[in-house]
Amino acid sequence: MEAVHGHDHAHDHHGPTGIMKYLTTTNHKDIGSMYLWFSFSMFLLGGAMALVIRAELFQPGLQIVNPEFFNAMTTYHGLIMVFGAIMPAFVGFANWLIPMQIGAPDMAFPRMNNWSFWLLPPAALLLILAQFTPGGPAGVGWTLYPPLTIQQGMSMDLTIFAVHILGMSSIMGSINIITTVLNMRAPGMTLMKMPLFCWTWLITAYLLIAVMPVLAGAVTMLLTDRHFDTHFFNPAGGGDPVLFQHIFWFFGHPEVYIIAIPAFGVISQVIPAFARKPLFGYSSMVYATASIAILSFLVWAHHMYTVGMPVQAQLYFMFATMLIAVPTGVKVFNWVATMWKGSMTFETPMLFAIGFLFLFTIGGFTGLVLAITPVDVQLHDTYYVVAHFHYVMVAGALFSAFAGIYFWLPKWIGKMYDEGLGKLHFWLSFIFFNLAFFVQHFLGLAGMPRRIPDYSLQFTDFNMVSTIGAFGFGLSQLLFLYIILKAIRSGEKAPQRPWEGADSIEWTMLPTPAPYHSFEKPPVIR
Amino acid sequence: MITRTAHTLLALALSSWAGLAFGEMRFNLQDQKTALGHAVYDLHNAIVVICLIIFIVVFGLMLYSIWKHRKSVGHQAAHFHENTTVEVLWTVIPFLILLGMAYPATKTLLAQRDTSSPDLTVKVTGYQWKWQYEYLDENISFYSTLATPRAQIENVETKTENYLLEVDNEMVVPVGKKVRVLLTAGDVIHAWYVPALAVKQDSIPGFVRDTWFRAEEPGVYRGQCAELCGKEHAYMPVVVRVVSDEDYAKWVTERKAGQGTPVAAAVPATATDAAPAEAAPAPGVAAVADGKAVYDQACLMCHAAGVAGAPKVGDKAAWAPRSAKGLDVLYTHAIGGFNMMPPRGGNTALSDEQVKAAVDHMLAQSR
Ligand code: HEM
Ligand SMILES: [Cu+2]
Ligand SMILES: [Cu+2]
Repeated sequence: MEAVHGHDHAHDHHGPTGIMKYLTTTNHKDIGSMYLWFSFSMFLLGGAMALVIRAELFQPGLQIVNPEFFNAMTTYHGLIMVFGAIMPAFVGFANWLIPMQIGAPDMAFPRMNNWSFWLLPPAALLLILAQFTPGGPAGVGWTLYPPLTIQQGMSMDLTIFAVHILGMSSIMGSINIITTVLNMRAPGMTLMKMPLFCWTWLITAYLLIAVMPVLAGAVTMLLTDRHFDTHFFNPAGGGDPVLFQHIFWFFGHPEVYIIAIPAFGVISQVIPAFARKPLFGYSSMVYATASIAILSFLVWAHHMYTVGMPVQAQLYFMFATMLIAVPTGVKVFNWVATMWKGSMTFETPMLFAIGFLFLFTIGGFTGLVLAITPVDVQLHDTYYVVAHFHYVMVAGALFSAFAGIYFWLPKWIGKMYDEGLGKLHFWLSFIFFNLAFFVQHFLGLAGMPRRIPDYSLQFTDFNMVSTIGAFGFGLSQLLFLYIILKAIRSGEKAPQRPWEGADSIEWTMLPTPAPYHSFEKPPVIR
Repeated sequence: MITRTAHTLLALALSSWAGLAFGEMRFNLQDQKTALGHAVYDLHNAIVVICLIIFIVVFGLMLYSIWKHRKSVGHQAAHFHENTTVEVLWTVIPFLILLGMAYPATKTLLAQRDTSSPDLTVKVTGYQWKWQYEYLDENISFYSTLATPRAQIENVETKTENYLLEVDNEMVVPVGKKVRVLLTAGDVIHAWYVPALAVKQDSIPGFVRDTWFRAEEPGVYRGQCAELCGKEHAYMPVVVRVVSDEDYAKWVTERKAGQGTPVAAAVPATATDAAPAEAAPAPGVAAVADGKAVYDQACLMCHAAGVAGAPKVGDKAAWAPRSAKGLDVLYTHAIGGFNMMPPRGGNTALSDEQVKAAVDHMLAQSR
């Protein structure tokens, strides 16, 4: 341990210290950690907003906030969670892990890496500032549909700029990841030998580069519609409000896979490690991931079944969306087959991975229900959709991020977390998550629209349950913070390979904690 | 057959949840009152049952594996990591299951989108935050707004049965007739949604979309706007009253007698139905009401509270320097936009005359 510290210092020696160290660092580990801490603070901020929403919805009637503020909360909760919490969390993982998993010393473009992180805080600041501008915060939903967006005050402009900056950051991060994966693999580390996590990020990075500019274009058109009378989306000027939805969802559907695919990558590392058995169907996993990515460009209008598209278009989007369920199913089958006849233990990372499997699959099934156009017409814009995407994004992506953090934390900091508390964190999260979101399926089926601060009496009971679950879930995450801080301050020293079945090279070839410049000499992979 | 099984299985699956019921809870779509709605209901049940079966099989296997293939029971890990047969099978079988689902889904979708040969056509326009109903053949036109008193929303009075799902003027249609609904909007996108009639259609400014329903039995069916449309989004219910042919004919006659020329329809005529009396706005002179109606719908959002620097209605000090600029300047600004003020208050569907009337109304209130 001490020796490792000495090693660290030798390298930091010439560099700046204190805050300047973090402002100027080009080290993939420092940057990875900053991404993760940034993500966690956004998660708390977005979570607080969610609790405002749930508190207001505890009972019918207006109790706590007014409708404008409520709408702002749904808007910024969504934006902050998607762009501020989940996406940066997985970029944090990418930074930490890709060099260590392919046998490289660092990322390909360390300075750009620094910049892509440091774009995030200003963007977050804009989103926060947007709460305090004249005219009040925008209340339009994270989907930013015009003409409602055109009606908002200057808060909307700040939000649009924030989206621009976040997009730039993502694109730079992606360029970095693609270049690193393609050019910096150690000798012998062929693409098909890479840990699946690297594959999922390679694919995700291409998705990001393809769709972030589309989003940037869409919000820029909003901006010019708002200020320069361009009328892209204004019917009075010959524009079309639905055009925005097409562009947005051409970004938006791939975006949901940008969130999901790295999560698949993490799960594909964790399950084999705790089943002590190699990942089942590695190559079919790669192909399934790639086909999900490609298909994700072809299904966007399943978010728009009620805009009144021609029936032929609805049919096409219904079939294409149903098709996505096939590769998604293949992945689930592969994970279960990996567990089959393994020699399993159930430490916290594995619990979160199994929780992921269980709940993500529920989200996949509700996705299939929503894919069926005539059924979706009933469920679109109701709480059923809210339940669906929280199953895939919270129980999916977020649980996978928890699994990944508990899994790699020993490698990162050289210390173990408290296993008992970790398990408690899992069970609390699992139970409260379901309490909060399972009942929302019923609300949606019975016809409760989303994004309303007040509802009719028949929805009261389930909303109460959901609010209780949400508060439980939110508070459980403070336990997570405590577990991490405790591990950092006083965790037991971690062995080089704390997980018996973990066999990618960051476990087998690097000391714990991982040295500052992962592989100074490329390892030789047989 | 499949539906029967679906119902039973679903009931079984949900009874565990129903166990903790406190109050009246609903676990499925609302009871459907149209033929299409039944088809959607059955389709949904069938899919849920198929998903449930797959779920039970896959996770049954997983739980078995968790139980048996644990290190703590001494299970040794096998080393297989691929099996082409299995992999092909679990790609092809789901594909076939999906094909099986696609067939009824396609049939239902085609029926859903067939709006041809309606018995009656009603044009519905969404505004922030009310619906306008225009019976094109009958020359009937009225607005429908939330009838729940503010005091209930603010928790001062106890909430009554149809809290937030009641309006001053209901849409009235005859039972058993194919009603085609044309949808458009005056400002932002709304969505017209009645769960029990299995209709939801976005209403989009500048475009006309359509949907339809044929109600099987008389009754009052309640829904609400489903697309976020601003601050009162939760407060623009849709209420459809389905009545017998005779009652419908009677309603049409009364409605026509009550409303005079369609222009005055901006002021809802006295409701002939069961709407609570206190909710009906006081009738006024047509011209004044027009300006006020436009104001309520497009300008009030900012000018009531002074949002984004807008001069507040009633604030003499704020208005005096503005009216000094001359009425024409104010008209031009209101129509073309000015600083943070959007053109036509953001509602591009308004005519110049309507905007001017609103300006007059605001000035009259602020002198
Ligand atoms: C089998 C896979 C999936 C299918 C078939 C599917 C299908 C759908 C459909 C049809 C909708 C539109 C519902 C509506 O608005 O009426 C939807 C919404 C959504 N899905 Fe999925 N989905 C799947 C997986 C995922 C995954 C993996 C994610 C993200 C991790 C995701 C995130 C979302 C989000 C965020 C929305 C709602 C966006 C909004 O309206 O705000 N879905 N999904
Ligand atoms: Cu999608
Ligand atoms: Cu609305």
